[in-house]
Amino acid sequence: MTRLLLALLLTLFIQFANAIDSAPAFPDAARQERYELLIRQLRCLQCRSETIADSNATLAADLRRQVRESIAAGRTDEEILKFMTDRYGDYVLYTPPVKPVTWLLWGAPVLLIVIGGVWAGIVIVRRSRMPDNDSPDLTADEIDQGAS
Amino acid sequence: MWRYLIPVGLFAALVGFFFVSLHRDKETLPSPLIGKVAPAFQLSSLEDPAKQVGTGDFTGRPYVLNIWGSWCVGCREEHEVLLEIAKRNEIPLVGLNWKDERDAAQRWLRQLGNPYTETAFDPEGRAGIDWGAYGAPETFLVDANGTILHKHVAPMTIEIWEQEFLPRIRQAGAARP
Repeated sequence: MTRLLLALLLTLFIQFANAIDSAPAFPDAARQERYELLIRQLRCLQCRSETIADSNATLAADLRRQVRESIAAGRTDEEILKFMTDRYGDYVLYTPPVKPVTWLLWGAPVLLIVIGGVWAGIVIVRRSRMPDNDSPDLTADEIDQGAS
Repeated sequence: MWRYLIPVGLFAALVGFFFVSLHRDKETLPSPLIGKVAPAFQLSSLEDPAKQVGTGDFTGRPYVLNIWGSWCVGCREEHEVLLEIAKRNEIPLVGLNWKDERDAAQRWLRQLGNPYTETAFDPEGRAGIDWGAYGAPETFLVDANGTILHKHVAPMTIEIWEQEFLPRIRQAGAARP
């Protein structure tokens, strides 16, 4: 029974086992590694939220072919990425390049941590300077009332 | 008291940001090719495999390049508009038949009418990649010097033609010596 369940469960993952390019693109490990790194840096323009390594779209297949042929032709990684950005713009890069227009994008995490840290510091310092008023002093009347 | 307004203000700013982004066009990617020289291609003609069609054939006059395929729904949608534009005879329409089969594409033009003065056949999609195509239909306006002036992604409509293309064609035509 558990075996059957396990088998059923595993069928859910069949699509992940279905490699996009079943055969490796290059016989040598060095070029294959470069190829795999490059196709993970390029966006599929048809499906937008996938790299061309992960996408089944026909355009992604064409761009993979382009990368494969460029590596085979001896082009450098920079040349291959430039070929893509010349045609498709920076959007084709899965990681946006650091440029004046993307400074805010790249700087935002640091900026938010700094702002949050300063703010938290101010709050902590202020609170620690407050008089400890967990047990407010009771007036004489209140003491009398409590006693009665 | 005013400090309680800070989160409210931030929230309002966020809502404003989202509202503006909601109406922004996120489908159309800006093309880095605008203002650059149109990428050259030399391909066989869709109608006649023995004949060649290349960007070199059009130098010296402005033209419109329309990237299409018989598999493309948006191309079917815009076809009537392209026929109408072709009838007006304002500028030659050049077709780039992208990632298609010759039979299917020829049948398409026979059945629906042919708005193109020439159609280049690009079954492997290499010319399409050079032009930065990511989703047919795409329409480019190229001036007499071979510079790309404008690009429209998505089906062509008469409104877009008259608002985005015609003024640029007239301007380019007037600027020519």
